Amino acid sequence: MSEPIAVEESNLPDLHVDWYEATWMRLSVIMMVIFLLAVIAASTAFGIQVPGAFRRIKPDEVMAKGSPFADPGLRELAPGKYEAYIRAATWSFTPNEIHVPVGSTVTFYVTSLDVQHGFKIMDTNINMMILPGQISTLTAHFDKPGTYNLICHEYCGAASPTYGHQTMYGQIFVEEKPKASS
Amino acid sequence: MTVQTMPALPMAAAAKPKPLLTKADLSIVDRLTGWNLGIAIGALTIGLALGVLQGLEHAGIDLYPSLTPVLKSYYQGLTIHGVLNALIWTTFFICGFFTFSIVRSLNRPLRYPWINVLALVIMSVGLLMAAFPLLTNMATVLYTFYPPLQAHWTFYLGLTLVIVGSWTVGYGFYFTYWAWRKENPGVRTPFIALASLITMVLWQICTLGVAVEILGFLLPWSLGWIAGTDPLLDRSLFWFFGHPLVYFWLLPAYVSWYGMLPAQTNGKMFSEPLARLVFWLFLLFSTPVGFHHQYTDPGIPQGWKFLHMILTYGVGFPSLITAFTVVASLEVGARARGGKGWLRWITKLNWGDPSYAAQNLAMILFIFGGIGGLSNASYSVNLAIHNTTWIPGHFHLTVGSATTLTFFGISYWLIPKLSGKRLFSKGLALAQAWTWFFGMLLFSNGYHVLGLEYGAPRRTMLGVVPYATPAWTPFLMETVVGVGLLFLSATLFFAVTFGTVLLGRKLTEPIEMPVAEPLDPKPSPAWLDTWAPWLYGSLALIILSYGPMFFQLFYNMQLLWPGKQVWPR
Repeated sequence: MSEPIAVEESNLPDLHVDWYEATWMRLSVIMMVIFLLAVIAASTAFGIQVPGAFRRIKPDEVMAKGSPFADPGLRELAPGKYEAYIRAATWSFTPNEIHVPVGSTVTFYVTSLDVQHGFKIMDTNINMMILPGQISTLTAHFDKPGTYNLICHEYCGAASPTYGHQTMYGQIFVEEKPKASS
Repeated sequence: MTVQTMPALPMAAAAKPKPLLTKADLSIVDRLTGWNLGIAIGALTIGLALGVLQGLEHAGIDLYPSLTPVLKSYYQGLTIHGVLNALIWTTFFICGFFTFSIVRSLNRPLRYPWINVLALVIMSVGLLMAAFPLLTNMATVLYTFYPPLQAHWTFYLGLTLVIVGSWTVGYGFYFTYWAWRKENPGVRTPFIALASLITMVLWQICTLGVAVEILGFLLPWSLGWIAGTDPLLDRSLFWFFGHPLVYFWLLPAYVSWYGMLPAQTNGKMFSEPLARLVFWLFLLFSTPVGFHHQYTDPGIPQGWKFLHMILTYGVGFPSLITAFTVVASLEVGARARGGKGWLRWITKLNWGDPSYAAQNLAMILFIFGGIGGLSNASYSVNLAIHNTTWIPGHFHLTVGSATTLTFFGISYWLIPKLSGKRLFSKGLALAQAWTWFFGMLLFSNGYHVLGLEYGAPRRTMLGVVPYATPAWTPFLMETVVGVGLLFLSATLFFAVTFGTVLLGRKLTEPIEMPVAEPLDPKPSPAWLDTWAPWLYGSLALIILSYGPMFFQLFYNMQLLWPGKQVWPR
């Protein structure tokens, strides 16, 4: 990087760029490329994914007979592998308590009955918007026992200071011994 | 007050004779600017007062019940705080500041002053119309107004009029620029005018998203003409507008930092052509990045989110150039003032001038805002902080500091200029800038930590949440102390402003807009004064990055979700 701005000179004819300035600009580009590589590594090697397009759902389908959201809850797919269907509505999650054994992998499927909600599980990479008309899904692995708060983080109205968006939350109990879901 | 001609710009020698800027022309411009600033500051007064109530709520003191006849809930106060501070204060201030800066920079009267007068009328009618449902608790939907939360139709129509009015302000500028261009063939557009115009064009492009959202869906839906709406489509249209919106807030501050501030500390523009390039890059990259606000949304494939992340890094690049170039311009000034050493020159900057000090402090806060912004943009990293208090912590450093504190700084020369009165008190104005700086530092640090470490949700009555732990308390208290300092700072700002206008002594010598000269007098290359490639490039990037996804969202559109008014009545 000791050569003065050959790249800029050829790319940007007749634009004079100071040597220090050109160096700073190159370092900026290099920094961005490093960030980009780090993000690619996080989402491939470490499997940290943001939600994508899964499935849409119509208002009358949510509570229809046979819909998993009409009878939401935890289902065991295989030992240590679960799926959890959760319904968000003003101002609670149904169910709002889930019990899973330590070491479980849980795939969450969440939708809303009314307005937009949020879905963040503390100390995990689960952070989703819950939109009416869409099913949001992400998978979490629970390695450590404990109680994980599940919080609605999008304003969804309120009835009063003691009942509303600010009181909408649930808990996930990760237990040492296997136990059925509530 | 006598009107002096502007200092000759380096390229003005080549200009042909053109319409003189008469006292009457300037009087119209200055009155327009004055009205815009007056409304902006009025809106800010109410917005900041509500910010104090939100801060007290976090300390466990909810004053809203005692305000019941006026305000019904924390969330109504929060909605008004967001709309007035983020949308009204900024838009009115920017339209006023640019009316002043473009006419002074081009040294040419407005081509059709009536367009800009009409624009102010449209914006004011819109503001009054939106104020009605906000104050009567019929639009407690926060300033993002995500459906199916449904406000009264006057809220949507009022916001539309504010935006259409701001477009009209732009049309007044474009006619003026066009006339100037014809009168001055071959002359480089002065930097301040060019940068201001690029910002208005950027605004024109990005507001199309929110215009389609409101006029196509939310307004007819709130009037009952259509029964339902599609929340994901509306959100995506909102964020088409929502990110370039932050550049509409930020770029006027950049206009001042690049084009004016160096002159306020005896400096020069370190590299004028690069400053132009920076603004063109913002025109190119500001809009095709909106999905980075929707990383956690369902219904949008990861590939599109990833593409928008790369483009967001693209729009970070011009801000990184700015970090170097603006500081270099200021360093030139500090050294001219006798500054020495690697860092000791910083002490020689014009810290005694409140207009200068406020803007320099705004820049320092923006360093933290910029770093936080790059983390927010980083795809999966966003999962750690999306919709936590980290986000308002972040944007109180950007729009709340980089923009707002810079606008305070600009006011400290612009209000004396417009009123013909000397600044009421230099000492109080300096105290205002420093209390804002430290207040925002504490407030945003507390909010950043609460969001990242404890996942505290944003837009939430944190004083009463059932899941709060004692570990939150020190950081909540830190934000409350910050809010206290900000309250003091806001009070000082209004004291200085009103003191200047009502009690200030007459100016002894005229004030003119500070204009920084380029360090290198060689004009910038022609391709940095040409609109077509940048405009076409910007549209092409928007079509590539948004086109297929919007086609799909419209194609699959399901207008099924009815409106909800689920807030305390």
